[in-house]
Amino acid sequence: MLSPAESEALWLSLSVAARAVVINLPFAVMVAWLLTRKRFAGRTLFDAFVHLPLVLPPVVVGYLLLVLFGVRGPIGGWLHEQFGIQLAFTSNGAALATAVMSFPLVVRAIRISLENVDSRLEEAARTLGAGAFDRFTSITLPLIAPGILAGAITAFAAGLGEFGAVITFAANVPGETRTLPLALYTALQTPDGDTLAARLAILSLSLGLAGLLVSELLSRALRRRLGR
Amino acid sequence: MLRVELRKRRGDFALDAGFSAPTPGVTALFGRSGCGKSTLISLIAGLLEPDAGRIVIGEDVLFDGERGLSIDARHRRIGVVFQDPRLFPHLSVQGNLDYGARRVPRGASRFVSFDDVVGLLGLGGLLGRRPHELSGGEKQRVAFGRALLSQPRLLLLDEPLASLDLARREEVLPYLESLRDAFAIPIVYVSHQFDEVLRLATRVVLLDAGRTVADGDIAAVSRDPQLRAIVGPDSVGAVLSGHVERLDPNGLAVLRVGDAELNVELEGAAVNQRIQIQVLARDVIVASARPVGLSVRNVVSARVISVTPDAGRAVLVELDIGRTATLLARITARASEELGLSANKEVWALIKAASLRGHVFSVPAR
Repeated sequence: MLSPAESEALWLSLSVAARAVVINLPFAVMVAWLLTRKRFAGRTLFDAFVHLPLVLPPVVVGYLLLVLFGVRGPIGGWLHEQFGIQLAFTSNGAALATAVMSFPLVVRAIRISLENVDSRLEEAARTLGAGAFDRFTSITLPLIAPGILAGAITAFAAGLGEFGAVITFAANVPGETRTLPLALYTALQTPDGDTLAARLAILSLSLGLAGLLVSELLSRALRRRLGR
Repeated sequence: MLRVELRKRRGDFALDAGFSAPTPGVTALFGRSGCGKSTLISLIAGLLEPDAGRIVIGEDVLFDGERGLSIDARHRRIGVVFQDPRLFPHLSVQGNLDYGARRVPRGASRFVSFDDVVGLLGLGGLLGRRPHELSGGEKQRVAFGRALLSQPRLLLLDEPLASLDLARREEVLPYLESLRDAFAIPIVYVSHQFDEVLRLATRVVLLDAGRTVADGDIAAVSRDPQLRAIVGPDSVGAVLSGHVERLDPNGLAVLRVGDAELNVELEGAAVNQRIQIQVLARDVIVASARPVGLSVRNVVSARVISVTPDAGRAVLVELDIGRTATLLARITARASEELGLSANKEVWALIKAASLRGHVFSVPAR
Protein backbone atom coordinates (compact mmCIF):
# COMPACT_ATOMS: atom_id res chain seq x y z
CA MET A 1 0.00 0.00 0.00
CA LEU A 2 2.82 2.37 0.91
CA SER A 3 6.01 2.78 -1.08
CA PRO A 4 9.31 2.13 0.77
CA ALA A 5 10.01 5.87 0.93
CA GLU A 6 6.52 6.55 2.29
CA SER A 7 6.68 3.92 5.00
CA GLU A 8 10.19 5.06 5.90
CA ALA A 9 8.87 8.59 6.40
CA LEU A 10 5.88 7.30 8.36
CA TRP A 11 7.93 5.16 10.74
CA LEU A 12 10.49 7.91 11.17
CA SER A 13 7.72 10.36 12.04
CA LEU A 14 6.22 7.97 14.60
CA SER A 15 9.62 7.24 16.12
CA VAL A 16 10.68 10.91 16.29
CA ALA A 17 7.33 11.95 17.83
CA ALA A 18 7.48 9.11 20.37
CA ARG A 19 11.04 9.97 21.37
CA ALA A 20 10.04 13.63 21.72
CA VAL A 21 7.23 12.67 24.12
CA VAL A 22 9.63 10.57 26.21
CA ILE A 23 12.08 13.47 26.45
CA ASN A 24 9.24 15.84 27.28
CA LEU A 25 7.26 14.13 30.02
CA PRO A 26 9.60 14.14 33.04
CA PHE A 27 10.55 17.78 32.47
CA ALA A 28 6.98 18.84 31.75
CA VAL A 29 5.71 17.24 34.99
CA MET A 30 8.48 18.98 36.91
CA VAL A 31 7.88 22.38 35.31
CA ALA A 32 4.09 22.11 35.66
CA TRP A 33 4.49 21.22 39.35
CA LEU A 34 6.84 24.16 39.90
CA LEU A 35 4.46 26.55 38.15
CA THR A 36 1.33 25.42 40.05
CA ARG A 37 2.66 24.63 43.50
CA LYS A 38 5.64 26.92 44.08
CA ARG A 39 5.90 30.66 44.41
CA PHE A 40 9.39 31.85 43.52
CA ALA A 41 11.10 34.96 42.19
CA GLY A 42 11.01 35.11 38.40
CA ARG A 43 8.11 32.68 38.17
CA THR A 44 6.25 34.80 35.61
CA LEU A 45 9.37 35.12 33.45
CA PHE A 46 9.94 31.36 33.71
CA ASP A 47 6.31 30.76 32.73
CA ALA A 48 6.73 32.98 29.65
CA PHE A 49 9.99 31.26 28.71
CA VAL A 50 8.31 27.83 28.85
CA HIS A 51 5.61 29.05 26.48
CA LEU A 52 8.00 30.70 23.99
CA PRO A 53 7.90 27.86 21.41
CA LEU A 54 4.18 28.55 20.98
CA VAL A 55 4.80 32.08 19.72
CA LEU A 56 8.26 31.90 18.15
CA PRO A 57 8.64 31.03 14.46
CA PRO A 58 9.79 27.37 14.47
CA VAL A 59 12.78 28.38 12.40
CA VAL A 60 13.99 30.52 15.29
CA VAL A 61 13.72 27.57 17.68
CA GLY A 62 15.65 25.42 15.20
CA TYR A 63 18.28 28.11 14.84
CA LEU A 64 18.68 28.48 18.62
CA LEU A 65 19.01 24.71 18.96
CA LEU A 66 21.67 24.76 16.26
CA VAL A 67 23.56 27.46 18.17
CA LEU A 68 23.34 25.55 21.48
CA PHE A 69 23.41 21.90 20.38
CA GLY A 70 25.37 22.15 17.12
CA VAL A 71 28.69 20.30 17.06
CA ARG A 72 30.48 23.56 17.85
CA GLY A 73 27.79 24.85 20.25
CA PRO A 74 28.42 24.98 24.02
CA ILE A 75 26.19 21.97 24.84
CA GLY A 76 26.45 20.08 21.55
CA GLY A 77 30.26 20.42 21.57
CA TRP A 78 30.49 19.04 25.08
CA LEU A 79 28.16 16.14 24.30
CA HIS A 80 30.23 15.32 21.20
CA GLU A 81 33.57 15.44 23.07
CA GLN A 82 32.44 13.56 26.17
CA PHE A 83 30.08 10.96 24.77
CA GLY A 84 30.48 11.15 21.01
CA ILE A 85 26.82 12.13 20.73
CA GLN A 86 25.80 14.25 17.79
CA LEU A 87 22.34 15.80 17.71
CA ALA A 88 22.38 18.18 14.77
CA PHE A 89 21.36 16.48 11.47
CA THR A 90 20.36 13.21 13.26
CA SER A 91 17.00 11.66 14.12
CA ASN A 92 17.70 12.27 17.82
CA GLY A 93 18.16 15.92 16.96
CA ALA A 94 14.80 15.83 15.14
CA ALA A 95 13.27 14.37 18.31
CA LEU A 96 14.84 17.12 20.44
CA ALA A 97 13.54 19.87 18.13
CA THR A 98 10.08 18.27 18.16
CA ALA A 99 10.19 17.96 21.96
CA VAL A 100 11.04 21.62 22.43
CA MET A 101 8.23 22.68 20.11
CA SER A 102 5.58 20.57 21.85
CA PHE A 103 6.86 21.19 25.40
CA PRO A 104 4.38 24.03 26.18
CA LEU A 105 1.44 21.84 25.09
CA VAL A 106 2.43 19.11 27.52
CA VAL A 107 3.10 21.54 30.37
CA ARG A 108 -0.30 23.14 29.81
CA ALA A 109 -2.21 19.86 29.88
CA ILE A 110 -0.45 18.68 33.05
CA ARG A 111 -0.80 22.04 34.70
CA ILE A 112 -4.56 22.12 34.24
CA SER A 113 -4.97 18.73 35.87
CA LEU A 114 -2.54 19.67 38.67
CA GLU A 115 -4.65 22.74 39.43
CA ASN A 116 -7.65 20.43 39.79
CA VAL A 117 -5.92 18.20 42.34
CA ASP A 118 -7.25 19.02 45.80
CA SER A 119 -4.12 19.74 47.84
CA ARG A 120 -6.10 18.82 50.95
CA LEU A 121 -5.84 15.20 49.80
CA GLU A 122 -2.06 15.54 50.02
CA GLU A 123 -2.53 17.04 53.50
CA ALA A 124 -4.57 13.98 54.52
CA ALA A 125 -1.85 11.72 53.11
CA ARG A 126 0.69 13.61 55.20
CA THR A 127 -1.20 12.94 58.43
CA LEU A 128 -1.29 9.26 57.39
CA GLY A 129 2.50 9.13 57.35
CA ALA A 130 3.40 9.89 53.71
CA GLY A 131 6.51 11.97 52.96
CA ALA A 132 6.69 14.57 50.18
CA PHE A 133 7.93 12.25 47.39
CA ASP A 134 5.62 9.47 48.57
CA ARG A 135 2.65 11.88 48.45
CA PHE A 136 3.59 12.93 44.95
CA THR A 137 3.85 9.40 43.57
CA SER A 138 0.94 7.87 45.49
CA ILE A 139 -1.61 10.70 45.32
CA THR A 140 -0.67 13.54 42.95
CA LEU A 141 0.71 11.51 40.04
CA PRO A 142 -2.25 9.09 39.75
CA LEU A 143 -4.65 12.02 39.95
CA ILE A 144 -2.94 13.94 37.14
CA ALA A 145 -2.53 10.81 34.99
CA PRO A 146 -5.38 11.89 32.66
CA GLY A 147 -3.64 15.23 32.10
CA ILE A 148 -0.28 13.60 31.49
CA LEU A 149 -1.85 11.19 29.03
CA ALA A 150 -3.75 13.93 27.21
CA GLY A 151 -0.60 16.04 27.04
CA ALA A 152 1.47 13.13 25.76
CA ILE A 153 -0.98 12.22 23.01
CA THR A 154 -1.46 15.81 21.89
CA ALA A 155 2.30 16.26 21.84
CA PHE A 156 2.71 13.03 19.90
CA ALA A 157 0.13 14.06 17.33
CA ALA A 158 1.62 17.53 17.02
CA GLY A 159 5.12 16.05 16.89
CA LEU A 160 4.22 14.02 13.80
CA GLY A 161 3.86 17.26 11.93
CA GLU A 162 6.74 19.35 13.26
CA PHE A 163 8.47 20.94 10.30
CA GLY A 164 10.33 24.22 10.77
CA ALA A 165 12.39 23.43 13.82
CA VAL A 166 13.28 19.96 12.51
CA ILE A 167 14.40 21.05 9.05
CA THR A 168 16.45 23.90 10.53
CA PHE A 169 18.17 21.89 13.26
CA ALA A 170 18.24 18.38 11.79
CA ALA A 171 18.02 19.10 8.04
CA ASN A 172 16.23 16.88 5.52
CA VAL A 173 18.24 13.63 5.45
CA PRO A 174 16.35 10.69 3.88
CA GLY A 175 15.96 7.85 6.39
CA GLU A 176 17.39 9.96 9.20
CA THR A 177 15.37 13.15 9.56
CA ARG A 178 13.01 13.14 6.57
CA THR A 179 9.74 12.75 8.49
CA LEU A 180 6.28 12.93 6.88
CA PRO A 181 6.06 16.72 6.57
CA LEU A 182 9.61 16.92 5.27
CA ALA A 183 8.90 14.16 2.76
CA LEU A 184 5.77 16.04 1.72
CA TYR A 185 7.77 19.23 1.31
CA THR A 186 10.37 17.37 -0.74
CA ALA A 187 7.67 15.85 -2.92
CA LEU A 188 6.25 19.30 -3.61
CA GLN A 189 9.70 20.48 -4.73
CA THR A 190 10.01 17.54 -7.13
CA PRO A 191 8.46 17.57 -10.66
CA ASP A 192 5.63 14.98 -10.84
CA GLY A 193 5.56 14.75 -7.03
CA ASP A 194 1.90 15.82 -6.78
CA THR A 195 0.46 12.34 -6.25
CA LEU A 196 3.04 11.51 -3.59
CA ALA A 197 2.36 14.83 -1.86
CA ALA A 198 -1.38 14.14 -1.80
CA ARG A 199 -0.86 10.62 -0.42
CA LEU A 200 1.44 11.92 2.30
CA ALA A 201 -1.03 14.67 3.18
CA ILE A 202 -3.86 12.16 3.57
CA LEU A 203 -1.58 9.98 5.70
CA SER A 204 -0.74 12.91 8.00
CA LEU A 205 -4.37 13.86 8.27
CA SER A 206 -5.46 10.35 9.28
CA LEU A 207 -2.65 10.09 11.82
CA GLY A 208 -3.53 13.40 13.44
CA LEU A 209 -7.20 12.55 13.62
CA ALA A 210 -6.51 9.11 15.10
CA GLY A 211 -4.20 10.66 17.70
CA LEU A 212 -6.80 13.17 18.85
CA LEU A 213 -9.55 10.53 19.01
CA VAL A 214 -7.41 8.12 21.02
CA SER A 215 -6.50 10.96 23.37
CA GLU A 216 -10.13 11.83 24.01
CA LEU A 217 -11.21 8.22 24.54
CA LEU A 218 -8.35 7.42 26.90
CA SER A 219 -8.82 10.50 29.05
CA ARG A 220 -12.56 9.76 29.26
CA ALA A 221 -11.83 6.22 30.47
CA LEU A 222 -9.35 7.53 33.03
CA ARG A 223 -11.75 10.16 34.31
CA ARG A 224 -14.39 7.49 34.75
CA ARG A 225 -11.97 5.47 36.85
CA LEU A 226 -11.52 8.50 39.08
CA GLY A 227 -15.25 8.94 39.31
CA ARG A 228 -15.59 12.34 37.69
CA MET B 1 -2.77 12.07 77.88
CA LEU B 2 -2.43 14.95 75.46
CA ARG B 3 -1.22 18.31 76.74
CA VAL B 4 -1.37 21.36 74.50
CA GLU B 5 -0.30 24.95 75.06
CA LEU B 6 -0.12 26.94 71.84
CA ARG B 7 0.10 30.42 70.41
CA LYS B 8 -0.40 31.36 66.79
CA ARG B 9 -1.03 34.66 65.04
CA ARG B 10 -2.71 34.69 61.62
CA GLY B 11 -3.48 38.13 60.31
CA ASP B 12 -5.87 39.72 62.78
CA PHE B 13 -6.63 36.47 64.55
CA ALA B 14 -4.60 35.46 67.60
CA LEU B 15 -4.88 31.99 69.09
CA ASP B 16 -3.60 31.45 72.62
CA ALA B 17 -5.08 28.26 73.92
CA GLY B 18 -4.22 25.33 76.12
CA PHE B 19 -5.94 22.18 77.29
CA SER B 20 -5.35 18.57 78.14
CA ALA B 21 -7.16 15.43 77.00
CA PRO B 22 -7.09 12.17 78.97
CA THR B 23 -6.58 8.62 77.67
CA PRO B 24 -9.05 7.15 76.90
CA GLY B 25 -12.01 9.41 76.41
CA VAL B 26 -13.40 12.11 74.21
CA THR B 27 -12.53 15.73 74.85
CA ALA B 28 -14.73 18.14 72.96
CA LEU B 29 -13.39 21.42 71.60
CA PHE B 30 -16.49 23.53 71.61
CA GLY B 31 -17.09 27.07 70.43
CA ARG B 32 -18.68 29.28 67.83
CA SER B 33 -17.54 29.14 64.21
CA GLY B 34 -14.33 31.10 63.81
CA CYS B 35 -13.24 30.75 67.45
CA GLY B 36 -10.06 28.93 66.42
CA LYS B 37 -11.08 25.29 66.84
CA SER B 38 -9.94 24.17 63.41
CA THR B 39 -6.75 26.23 63.64
CA LEU B 40 -5.97 24.48 66.90
CA ILE B 41 -6.53 21.09 65.23
CA SER B 42 -4.19 22.01 62.34
CA LEU B 43 -1.54 23.12 64.82
CA ILE B 44 -1.75 19.88 66.80
CA ALA B 45 -1.72 17.77 63.63
CA GLY B 46 1.38 19.64 62.42
CA LEU B 47 -0.27 21.05 59.29
CA LEU B 48 0.34 24.55 60.64
CA GLU B 49 3.40 25.70 62.57
CA PRO B 50 2.68 27.34 65.96
CA ASP B 51 4.50 30.54 66.93
CA ALA B 52 5.16 29.24 70.42
CA GLY B 53 4.06 26.64 72.92
CA ARG B 54 4.21 22.89 73.49
CA ILE B 55 2.42 19.74 72.34
CA VAL B 56 3.02 16.61 74.38
CA ILE B 57 1.41 13.17 74.04
CA GLY B 58 2.27 10.98 77.02
CA GLU B 59 6.05 11.30 77.28
CA ASP B 60 6.61 12.37 73.66
CA VAL B 61 7.17 16.02 72.87
CA LEU B 62 5.84 16.78 69.37
CA PHE B 63 6.42 20.51 69.47
CA ASP B 64 8.41 22.74 71.76
CA GLY B 65 8.76 26.36 70.71
CA GLU B 66 11.48 27.12 73.26
CA ARG B 67 13.72 24.28 72.13
CA GLY B 68 12.86 24.86 68.46
CA LEU B 69 11.59 21.29 68.22
CA SER B 70 8.87 20.41 65.73
CA ILE B 71 8.13 16.88 64.54
CA ASP B 72 6.85 16.78 60.95
CA ALA B 73 3.14 16.03 60.59
CA ARG B 74 3.85 12.73 58.93
CA HIS B 75 5.86 11.49 61.90
CA ARG B 76 3.41 12.65 64.58
CA ARG B 77 1.18 9.60 64.29
CA ILE B 78 -1.95 11.61 64.86
CA GLY B 79 -5.06 10.47 63.02
CA VAL B 80 -7.10 13.32 61.59
CA VAL B 81 -10.64 13.20 60.21
CA PHE B 82 -11.67 16.44 58.57
CA GLN B 83 -15.06 17.96 57.84
CA ASP B 84 -14.90 16.63 54.29
CA PRO B 85 -13.86 12.97 54.10
CA ARG B 86 -10.85 13.59 51.82
CA LEU B 87 -10.82 10.03 50.54
CA PHE B 88 -8.36 9.32 47.73
CA PRO B 89 -10.57 9.12 44.61
CA HIS B 90 -8.22 6.87 42.66
CA LEU B 91 -8.20 4.18 45.37
CA SER B 92 -10.92 1.75 46.45
CA VAL B 93 -12.21 1.77 50.02
CA GLN B 94 -9.74 -1.02 50.72
CA GLY B 95 -6.93 1.04 49.18
CA ASN B 96 -7.87 4.04 51.27
CA LEU B 97 -7.91 1.97 54.47
CA ASP B 98 -4.54 0.44 53.60
CA TYR B 99 -2.93 3.80 52.83
CA GLY B 100 -2.18 4.73 56.43
CA ALA B 101 -1.79 1.13 57.57
CA ARG B 102 1.06 0.57 55.08
CA ARG B 103 2.92 3.60 56.40
CA VAL B 104 2.95 2.74 60.11
CA PRO B 105 6.60 2.96 61.17
CA ARG B 106 8.32 -0.32 62.03
CA GLY B 107 8.26 -1.05 65.73
CA ALA B 108 5.21 1.14 66.38
CA SER B 109 2.62 -0.54 68.57
CA ARG B 110 -0.37 -1.77 66.58
CA PHE B 111 -3.53 -1.68 68.64
CA VAL B 112 -6.08 -1.54 65.82
CA SER B 113 -6.56 -4.50 63.51
CA PHE B 114 -8.06 -4.29 60.05
CA ASP B 115 -10.86 -6.70 60.97
CA ASP B 116 -11.73 -4.74 64.13
CA VAL B 117 -12.09 -1.52 62.17
CA VAL B 118 -14.07 -3.07 59.34
CA GLY B 119 -16.39 -4.78 61.84
CA LEU B 120 -16.80 -1.78 64.10
CA LEU B 121 -17.49 0.71 61.30
CA GLY B 122 -19.52 -1.70 59.16
CA LEU B 123 -17.23 -1.38 56.14
CA GLY B 124 -17.31 -5.05 55.10
CA GLY B 125 -19.64 -4.53 52.14
CA LEU B 126 -17.88 -1.39 50.93
CA LEU B 127 -14.28 -2.55 50.53
CA GLY B 128 -14.37 -2.93 46.75
CA ARG B 129 -16.16 0.35 46.10
CA ARG B 130 -14.70 3.64 44.95
CA PRO B 131 -15.24 6.78 47.03
CA HIS B 132 -17.63 8.30 44.44
CA GLU B 133 -19.91 5.29 44.89
CA LEU B 134 -20.37 5.96 48.63
CA SER B 135 -22.93 8.07 50.49
CA GLY B 136 -21.72 10.96 52.65
CA GLY B 137 -22.05 8.94 55.84
CA GLU B 138 -20.25 5.96 54.35
CA LYS B 139 -17.41 8.18 53.17
CA GLN B 140 -16.96 9.60 56.64
CA ARG B 141 -16.95 6.10 58.16
CA VAL B 142 -14.18 5.10 55.75
CA ALA B 143 -12.28 8.24 56.78
CA PHE B 144 -12.55 7.18 60.45
CA GLY B 145 -11.29 3.71 59.56
CA ARG B 146 -8.41 5.07 57.50
CA ALA B 147 -7.29 7.32 60.36
CA LEU B 148 -7.57 4.51 62.93
CA LEU B 149 -5.60 2.05 60.82
CA SER B 150 -2.62 4.40 60.79
CA GLN B 151 -2.35 3.32 64.46
CA PRO B 152 -2.53 6.88 65.81
CA ARG B 153 -1.60 7.91 69.33
CA LEU B 154 -4.30 10.55 69.18
CA LEU B 155 -7.39 11.00 67.07
CA LEU B 156 -8.42 14.51 65.99
CA LEU B 157 -11.96 14.75 64.64
CA ASP B 158 -12.57 18.19 63.13
CA GLU B 159 -16.37 18.54 62.88
CA PRO B 160 -16.61 15.18 61.10
CA LEU B 161 -20.40 15.35 60.90
CA ALA B 162 -20.75 18.96 59.83
CA SER B 163 -20.99 18.14 56.12
CA LEU B 164 -23.81 15.62 56.70
CA ASP B 165 -27.54 16.23 56.90
CA LEU B 166 -29.43 15.41 60.08
CA ALA B 167 -30.42 11.88 59.05
CA ARG B 168 -26.86 11.00 58.03
CA ARG B 169 -25.54 12.44 61.29
CA GLU B 170 -27.82 10.15 63.28
CA GLU B 171 -26.60 7.27 61.15
CA VAL B 172 -22.90 7.98 61.82
CA LEU B 173 -23.06 8.94 65.52
CA PRO B 174 -23.51 5.37 66.82
CA TYR B 175 -20.32 4.37 64.97
CA LEU B 176 -18.47 7.19 66.71
CA GLU B 177 -19.81 6.00 70.05
CA SER B 178 -18.58 2.46 69.50
CA LEU B 179 -15.25 3.75 68.21
CA ARG B 180 -14.85 5.79 71.40
CA ASP B 181 -15.63 2.77 73.58
CA ALA B 182 -13.45 0.31 71.65
CA PHE B 183 -10.03 1.96 71.57
CA ALA B 184 -7.91 3.33 74.38
CA ILE B 185 -6.67 6.49 72.67
CA PRO B 186 -7.44 10.10 73.45
CA ILE B 187 -9.91 11.62 71.03
CA VAL B 188 -10.32 15.34 70.47
CA TYR B 189 -13.69 16.11 68.95
CA VAL B 190 -14.35 19.52 67.46
CA SER B 191 -17.95 20.58 67.22
CA HIS B 192 -20.28 23.50 67.42
CA GLN B 193 -23.29 21.24 68.08
CA PHE B 194 -23.74 20.69 71.80
CA ASP B 195 -25.93 17.60 71.31
CA GLU B 196 -22.99 15.83 69.64
CA VAL B 197 -20.73 16.85 72.50
CA LEU B 198 -23.26 15.53 75.01
CA ARG B 199 -23.41 12.18 73.27
CA LEU B 200 -19.70 11.66 72.84
CA ALA B 201 -17.59 13.66 75.24
CA THR B 202 -16.89 13.55 78.94
CA ARG B 203 -14.65 16.60 78.95
CA VAL B 204 -15.23 19.94 77.27
CA VAL B 205 -12.80 22.67 76.33
CA LEU B 206 -14.58 25.92 75.61
CA LEU B 207 -12.93 28.21 73.07
CA ASP B 208 -13.87 31.80 72.49
CA ALA B 209 -12.03 34.21 70.17
CA GLY B 210 -8.92 32.04 70.18
CA ARG B 211 -8.73 31.54 73.95
CA THR B 212 -9.59 28.67 76.24
CA VAL B 213 -12.30 30.05 78.52
CA ALA B 214 -13.28 26.83 80.27
CA ASP B 215 -11.77 23.36 80.44
CA GLY B 216 -13.12 20.51 82.51
CA ASP B 217 -15.68 17.86 83.14
CA ILE B 218 -18.77 18.26 80.91
CA ALA B 219 -21.00 18.65 83.99
CA ALA B 220 -18.94 21.59 85.25
CA VAL B 221 -18.63 23.25 81.84
CA SER B 222 -22.38 22.82 81.22
CA ARG B 223 -23.04 25.29 84.06
CA ASP B 224 -20.39 27.76 82.93
CA PRO B 225 -21.89 31.15 82.02
CA GLN B 226 -19.56 31.32 78.98
CA LEU B 227 -21.16 28.18 77.56
CA ARG B 228 -24.60 29.61 78.17
CA ALA B 229 -23.60 32.64 76.12
CA ILE B 230 -22.62 30.41 73.21
CA VAL B 231 -25.54 27.94 73.09
CA GLY B 232 -28.30 30.47 73.79
CA PRO B 233 -30.94 30.46 76.57
CA ASP B 234 -33.09 27.66 75.13
CA SER B 235 -30.22 25.17 75.07
CA VAL B 236 -28.91 25.95 78.54
CA GLY B 237 -29.03 23.01 80.89
CA ALA B 238 -26.94 21.13 83.39
CA VAL B 239 -25.33 17.93 82.15
CA LEU B 240 -25.57 15.13 84.68
CA SER B 241 -24.02 11.73 84.71
CA GLY B 242 -25.09 8.74 86.69
CA HIS B 243 -25.51 5.00 86.66
CA VAL B 244 -28.57 2.97 85.75
CA GLU B 245 -29.84 1.72 89.11
CA ARG B 246 -32.71 -0.39 87.83
CA LEU B 247 -34.96 -0.73 84.84
CA ASP B 248 -38.62 0.06 85.23
CA PRO B 249 -40.93 -2.39 83.45
CA ASN B 250 -42.68 0.61 81.85
CA GLY B 251 -39.61 1.29 79.73
CA LEU B 252 -38.09 3.93 81.96
CA ALA B 253 -34.63 3.59 83.42
CA VAL B 254 -33.95 4.81 86.93
CA LEU B 255 -30.70 6.75 87.19
CA ARG B 256 -28.85 7.52 90.38
CA VAL B 257 -27.63 11.12 90.07
CA GLY B 258 -26.26 12.76 93.20
CA ASP B 259 -28.69 11.93 95.98
CA ALA B 260 -31.59 11.85 93.55
CA GLU B 261 -33.18 9.18 91.43
CA LEU B 262 -34.23 10.26 87.96
CA ASN B 263 -36.59 8.43 85.62
CA VAL B 264 -35.30 8.66 82.08
CA GLU B 265 -36.54 7.29 78.77
CA LEU B 266 -33.73 5.07 77.63
CA GLU B 267 -33.79 2.27 75.13
CA GLY B 268 -31.46 -0.70 75.38
CA ALA B 269 -29.91 0.35 78.66
CA ALA B 270 -28.46 -2.13 81.14
CA VAL B 271 -28.08 -1.87 84.89
CA ASN B 272 -24.86 -0.14 86.01
CA GLN B 273 -24.22 1.49 82.64
CA ARG B 274 -22.93 5.02 82.80
CA ILE B 275 -25.43 7.50 81.37
CA GLN B 276 -25.02 11.14 80.48
CA ILE B 277 -28.08 13.39 80.25
CA GLN B 278 -28.73 17.06 79.83
CA VAL B 279 -31.59 18.56 81.81
CA LEU B 280 -32.56 21.71 79.93
CA ALA B 281 -33.10 24.62 82.28
CA ARG B 282 -36.41 25.47 80.58
CA ASP B 283 -37.72 21.95 81.37
CA VAL B 284 -37.21 22.24 85.13
CA ILE B 285 -40.06 23.44 87.37
CA VAL B 286 -39.31 24.70 90.87
CA ALA B 287 -41.80 24.18 93.71
CA SER B 288 -41.56 25.41 97.29
CA ALA B 289 -43.55 22.44 98.62
CA ARG B 290 -43.70 18.82 97.48
CA PRO B 291 -46.54 18.69 94.97
CA VAL B 292 -49.03 15.84 94.70
CA GLY B 293 -51.29 14.64 91.91
CA LEU B 294 -48.98 15.54 89.01
CA SER B 295 -48.04 13.52 85.96
CA VAL B 296 -44.42 14.50 86.34
CA ARG B 297 -42.20 11.47 87.11
CA ASN B 298 -39.24 13.20 88.66
CA VAL B 299 -39.66 15.16 91.88
CA VAL B 300 -36.26 15.87 93.34
CA SER B 301 -35.37 17.48 96.65
CA ALA B 302 -32.94 20.35 96.08
CA ARG B 303 -31.30 23.33 97.73
CA VAL B 304 -30.90 26.68 95.97
CA ILE B 305 -27.27 27.62 95.35
CA SER B 306 -27.82 30.88 93.50
CA VAL B 307 -30.36 32.92 91.57
CA THR B 308 -28.95 34.98 88.69
CA PRO B 309 -30.71 37.18 86.15
CA ASP B 310 -30.92 35.58 82.70
CA ALA B 311 -32.06 36.73 79.25
CA GLY B 312 -35.48 38.39 79.09
CA ARG B 313 -37.44 38.53 82.31
CA ALA B 314 -36.09 35.20 83.47
CA VAL B 315 -33.73 34.08 86.20
CA LEU B 316 -31.47 31.07 86.24
CA VAL B 317 -31.67 29.10 89.45
CA GLU B 318 -28.79 26.79 90.33
CA LEU B 319 -29.92 23.84 92.44
CA ASP B 320 -27.85 21.42 94.51
CA ILE B 321 -29.24 17.87 94.34
CA GLY B 322 -26.50 16.30 96.48
CA ARG B 323 -22.94 15.01 95.99
CA THR B 324 -21.93 17.99 93.83
CA ALA B 325 -24.65 17.24 91.27
CA THR B 326 -26.35 20.44 90.14
CA LEU B 327 -29.45 21.36 88.16
CA LEU B 328 -30.22 24.60 86.36
CA ALA B 329 -33.77 25.91 86.19
CA ARG B 330 -34.89 28.83 84.06
CA ILE B 331 -38.00 30.47 85.51
CA THR B 332 -39.50 33.93 85.34
CA ALA B 333 -38.23 36.55 87.76
CA ARG B 334 -41.80 36.96 88.97
CA ALA B 335 -42.10 33.26 89.91
CA SER B 336 -38.77 33.40 91.70
CA GLU B 337 -39.97 36.35 93.77
CA GLU B 338 -43.28 34.68 94.64
CA LEU B 339 -41.50 31.54 95.77
CA GLY B 340 -39.01 33.64 97.69
CA LEU B 341 -36.04 31.85 96.14
CA SER B 342 -32.65 32.70 97.59
CA ALA B 343 -29.49 30.81 98.47
CA ASN B 344 -29.90 27.79 100.77
CA LYS B 345 -33.67 27.60 100.44
CA GLU B 346 -34.94 23.99 100.31
CA VAL B 347 -37.14 23.40 97.25
CA TRP B 348 -38.40 20.65 94.95
CA ALA B 349 -37.33 20.36 91.34
CA LEU B 350 -39.80 18.81 88.89
CA ILE B 351 -38.63 17.28 85.62
CA LYS B 352 -40.76 15.39 83.08
CA ALA B 353 -39.19 12.00 82.32
CA ALA B 354 -40.26 12.44 78.69
CA SER B 355 -38.07 15.54 78.39
CA LEU B 356 -34.94 13.60 79.31
CA ARG B 357 -32.93 11.63 76.82
CA GLY B 358 -30.04 9.57 78.14
CA HIS B 359 -26.81 8.74 76.28
CA VAL B 360 -25.02 5.53 77.09
CA PHE B 361 -21.28 5.50 77.79
CA SER B 362 -19.92 2.02 78.21
CA VAL B 363 -16.44 3.18 79.22
CA PRO B 364 -16.52 5.00 82.56
CA ALA B 365 -15.24 8.55 82.40
CA ARG B 366 -12.07 9.35 84.29
